[in-house]
Amino acid sequence: MSVGQAIPTMVGEPPDDELQQRFLYEMLLIRRFEEKCAEMYTRGKIRGFLHLYTGEEACAVGAISALRDDDKIVTHYRDHGHALARGVEPNRIMAELFARVGGTNEGRGGSMHIFDVSKNFLGGYAIVAGHMPIAVGLGLAANLSHEDWAALCIFGDGGVGEGEFHEALNLAAIWKLPVVWFCENNGYGMGVPFDDSLANDVYKIAAAYQMPSVRIDGMDVLEVYSATQLALAHVREGNGPYFIEALTYRYRGHSMADPELYRTKAEVEEYRKRDAIERLKRSMIADGLIDEPTYQALVAQVGAEVDEAVAFADASPEPGLHTLYDHITKEYEGESG
Amino acid sequence: MTEMRMRDAIREAMREEMLRDARVFLMGEDIGAYGGSYACTRGLLDEFGPERVRDTPISESGIVGAGVGAALAGFIPMVEIMTINFSLVALDQIVNNASKLHYMSGGQVNVPLVLRMASGGGSQLGATHSHSLEGMFAHFPGLTVVCPAFPGDAKGLLKRSFREPNPVVFIEHTALYGARGEVPDDPDHLVEFGQAATVRSGKDVTLVGYSGSVHQCYRAADMLAEEHGLTADVIDLRTIRPLDMSSVIRSVRRTNRAVVVEDDWKFGGFAGEIAAQIMERAFDWLDAPVARVAGKDVPMPYNRNLEYAALPSEEDVVEAVLSML
Ligand SMILES: Cc1ncc(C[n+]2csc(CCOP(=O)(O)OP(=O)(O)O)c2C)c(N)n1
Ligand SMILES: [Mg+2]
Repeated sequence: MSVGQAIPTMVGEPPDDELQQRFLYEMLLIRRFEEKCAEMYTRGKIRGFLHLYTGEEACAVGAISALRDDDKIVTHYRDHGHALARGVEPNRIMAELFARVGGTNEGRGGSMHIFDVSKNFLGGYAIVAGHMPIAVGLGLAANLSHEDWAALCIFGDGGVGEGEFHEALNLAAIWKLPVVWFCENNGYGMGVPFDDSLANDVYKIAAAYQMPSVRIDGMDVLEVYSATQLALAHVREGNGPYFIEALTYRYRGHSMADPELYRTKAEVEEYRKRDAIERLKRSMIADGLIDEPTYQALVAQVGAEVDEAVAFADASPEPGLHTLYDHITKEYEGESG
Repeated sequence: MTEMRMRDAIREAMREEMLRDARVFLMGEDIGAYGGSYACTRGLLDEFGPERVRDTPISESGIVGAGVGAALAGFIPMVEIMTINFSLVALDQIVNNASKLHYMSGGQVNVPLVLRMASGGGSQLGATHSHSLEGMFAHFPGLTVVCPAFPGDAKGLLKRSFREPNPVVFIEHTALYGARGEVPDDPDHLVEFGQAATVRSGKDVTLVGYSGSVHQCYRAADMLAEEHGLTADVIDLRTIRPLDMSSVIRSVRRTNRAVVVEDDWKFGGFAGEIAAQIMERAFDWLDAPVARVAGKDVPMPYNRNLEYAALPSEEDVVEAVLSML
């Protein structure tokens, strides 16, 4: 594959019917979950910074579906969608947002820092690009243990302006690490359009670090899936890292606090016409994979799951004040590990 | 026991731990072919090969973060940061990631990472290359901060650091790399964290130091004995987080006077923490306010005389003691 190629070719079989069903279900789940979060935020159940993923669902679902269970993920703070796509229980994510003991992080992390080690989901990170060097270490660990799992590192276009982006890409390249860099370019870093903050296209900047680098349509889940499959095959074979820039768009503000002064409603509407869920639904109907009643049943199913998550979160207690000092350091038992 | 230099004790500790545990590996700038800026890793590349003794580009944030990631994935990395001054460009990884991932994840992950770095002024390297930032690292919950003063402790503490399931910042004073001392040969000799050592006993004053300043305390105690007929307890903290205040308090309740000595700036420095804790726990035993002898409040000058004036000396310690009698 040539460096800086714009669109990858499909590899292997296109996702089968069952997989497409799952894509649709997961994207609907994320959308519904995020809408519910907005509601819970307005009702004061969720506090702190809340960054919603609505509009970008195809990135999480397409990329993460291509992973094996033993692959590891680190991502940025807009992380609910990634966690859900990885199979982290919606109940436990919602409970974390509610800051309850039943949350993934027992209420210590919050929206921006979801962790679930059992899913090899090694965290949402809230310092822009701060998790990119960690992905280097994961890739290094895979190589040092002579195993063929890979690390997927998801970040926003804003991360490209940080020094840690460049250090991480360089290290992964010189050490030929199995890391798939996945940039969700949603056009903005808070209110700054990426054209105003980067001297070159993201995938071209990455290509300068001598790794295959592609720009894809991040609102087409099938394309994201096959591009990530291709990337994973490349890194697993010991060829070093691979870079994907997925063009996408967030429908909501940067966070719940964003008055959205920097863009027009018309622009948002334009992108909504390319909605990933609608697109997949249409093509699946055209291919005879689903019909409207099946689709509505899926919508009802995710609605019920998200309601159940809220009920679970509400019922989970707050951490006791006596647990304030729990987990500062892991107990030393004479051995590390 | 074998007599060796600090740098050799440090190397021995790394060697033994690498032999003991295949999960241990080292990375850093010029730690391989060059042998380490302070020669602490000399010979290890030949013995263990480039996978386990990894030369890195000059990317402090990148390599510390890579250490965090490898630790998350089951390894025990040691990242050498050439000097503590360059840790400032890796603070994001140390502070925002290493120190708090265990807590933030609700105890799901832990970061067994050893960060070694050389610290201290006194070599006319100017203001960017002469920092003593031990106290800054001690400020962060989740970090262990080790500051050995003697080769034997350096070895035992560094070996202990490799067995710690949490991040350890291991700080070595550049002036001490050549210092000699007795080092236990036993490969299982560990020095526990949070246990100060009383390196000298007396009754008139308690001198508290860590890393390089322990030696100033020691020399000051000699001067006090020879020139003024006074005897001093000298306490080497060995780790400043966790901090063994009990040893300090026990001593102060006996001597009724305390001087805390450190190279770092006095203003907002770690000596102030110790002084405050003495005040909280031994106020009624004090015959004089706790004194701090620390670096002067200036960026480190290049000129030799100015630099000497900016750093604390044993004479300053003696003077502080005499002024509290
Ligand atoms: C180092 C750092 N600087 C600034 C911020 C504040 N901040 C949070 S999100 C954000 C924008 C990031 O944009 P991008 O990476 O494109 O991700 P997106 O929000 O678009 O998903 C900024 C500036 C931060 N969290 N970390
Ligand atoms: Mg963005």
